Amino acid sequence: MNWIAIAVTFKLALLTAVVLLVVGLPIAYWLTFSKWRWKFIVESVVALPLVLPPTVLGFYILVAIGPHSPVGRFYSDVVGHPLPFTFEGLLLASILYSLPFAVQPFTAAFEQVDRRLIETSWTLGASKLKTFFQLIVPLSTTGLITGAVLSFAHTLGEFGVVLMVGGNIEGETRTVSIDIYDEVQALNYAGAAKTALLLLVVSYGVLLLVYAMNRKVWAVWPQR
Amino acid sequence: MIQIIIALCMLMITGVNVAVAEVITIGAASDLNFAFREIAMEYEKASGNQVRLTLGSSGNFYAQIQNGAPFDLYFSADISYPRKLEEAGRTVPGSLYQYAVGRIVLWAGKDSHLDLSRGLEILREPAIRKIAIANPKHAPYGRAAVAAMEHFKVYDQVKDKLILGENISQAAQFIESGACDIGIIALSLAVAPAMKSKGTYWEVPAETHPLLEQGAVILKSSKQQESAKQFLAFIKGERGQEIMKRYGFTVPSAG
Repeated sequence: MNWIAIAVTFKLALLTAVVLLVVGLPIAYWLTFSKWRWKFIVESVVALPLVLPPTVLGFYILVAIGPHSPVGRFYSDVVGHPLPFTFEGLLLASILYSLPFAVQPFTAAFEQVDRRLIETSWTLGASKLKTFFQLIVPLSTTGLITGAVLSFAHTLGEFGVVLMVGGNIEGETRTVSIDIYDEVQALNYAGAAKTALLLLVVSYGVLLLVYAMNRKVWAVWPQR
Repeated sequence: MIQIIIALCMLMITGVNVAVAEVITIGAASDLNFAFREIAMEYEKASGNQVRLTLGSSGNFYAQIQNGAPFDLYFSADISYPRKLEEAGRTVPGSLYQYAVGRIVLWAGKDSHLDLSRGLEILREPAIRKIAIANPKHAPYGRAAVAAMEHFKVYDQVKDKLILGENISQAAQFIESGACDIGIIALSLAVAPAMKSKGTYWEVPAETHPLLEQGAVILKSSKQQESAKQFLAFIKGERGQEIMKRYGFTVPSAG
């Protein structure tokens, strides 16, 4: 089994989930509470990676961060090397690719929070920020964990985007799904089967966790 | 919980970055799939350096390098790609080296009972439904396969049966697994231990397609140019040449 690829993949998935937890919260908050009439435009943009072919997303990211774009040139001037085909480039792509998998459960959880509680908190003088962290977030834990876990799992298995912007470099951008592809081409079916099984088990485990957490009958954590 | 996550992070980060000697990153045409695994292993033993090998189609690597892919060395199955990089000033001057000439073969699994000695004519057989080749758009071996089929005037009749692999290794995997009936692949893959016992092959005459001149360059963006030169010297050396020959490559006579 290719432990280097496994380590790269878990590192990528974990960082993606962490970043999405940070970036996704304000986006989800805004999507839930904004009364702007054109909000659906932003909602559609956030959901786009769900339906967009990964190669299309990968192509645009590649062009956007490549040496011919201003963003790409700025990055390589500052950091000293270009962004495509590096771990950082792959991380950026994964964040965009998994965005809806984090934001949508977050939004769903925020919508479940009783409006009266939120408005009471505001009326009692708590700032919006304080209300968010001390009321909304604690009441949305399940949704937040679901979003983080789903974006983690989704990143574990991404292939098309990685193929486009990753470049399959060992220890850097060769993820587990690319490693399976490589092993099959090297006719090493036994190696591919082992890694595939690992991915299957982890993916199933993650979904078990999500569904167990979201079930109505009894909660894994006792009700507060 | 947070401690566990942090501990896991640390483990992964340190686990990946354990590198004592220099690491050279090589993008190599996938006809080198088996030969280069062996060469990389021997080079690592001899030099103490580490080789990170990425295999794929030459045309894809060319596009990736233009987009800033961090390879130290590029081994193309078609020397015109590294030549273009040299003209664009992206290579270390004087590093361009024609390391081999490749050959294509017609390959079929042992239990297919096809008489390959009939050559490419056999592709017309109605029993043959799917023919694997590499994608001629970006894989030199795919272009050679199409040229050979055109030379034998079978291309127009069989072009609807063609299944395109993303690179020549994938085309080989398509026939090895039985998903395609027959295919045109690199000799270097046909003679590799993983394939040799499973099928038979017929060497497509070299004069029926443009010569598969294979070229390597060291990229200017490489930060390990000395180690890259050392690897190139290993390929040119006796041991490297011996391995390449064993995998069916014609190697330049003067090392």
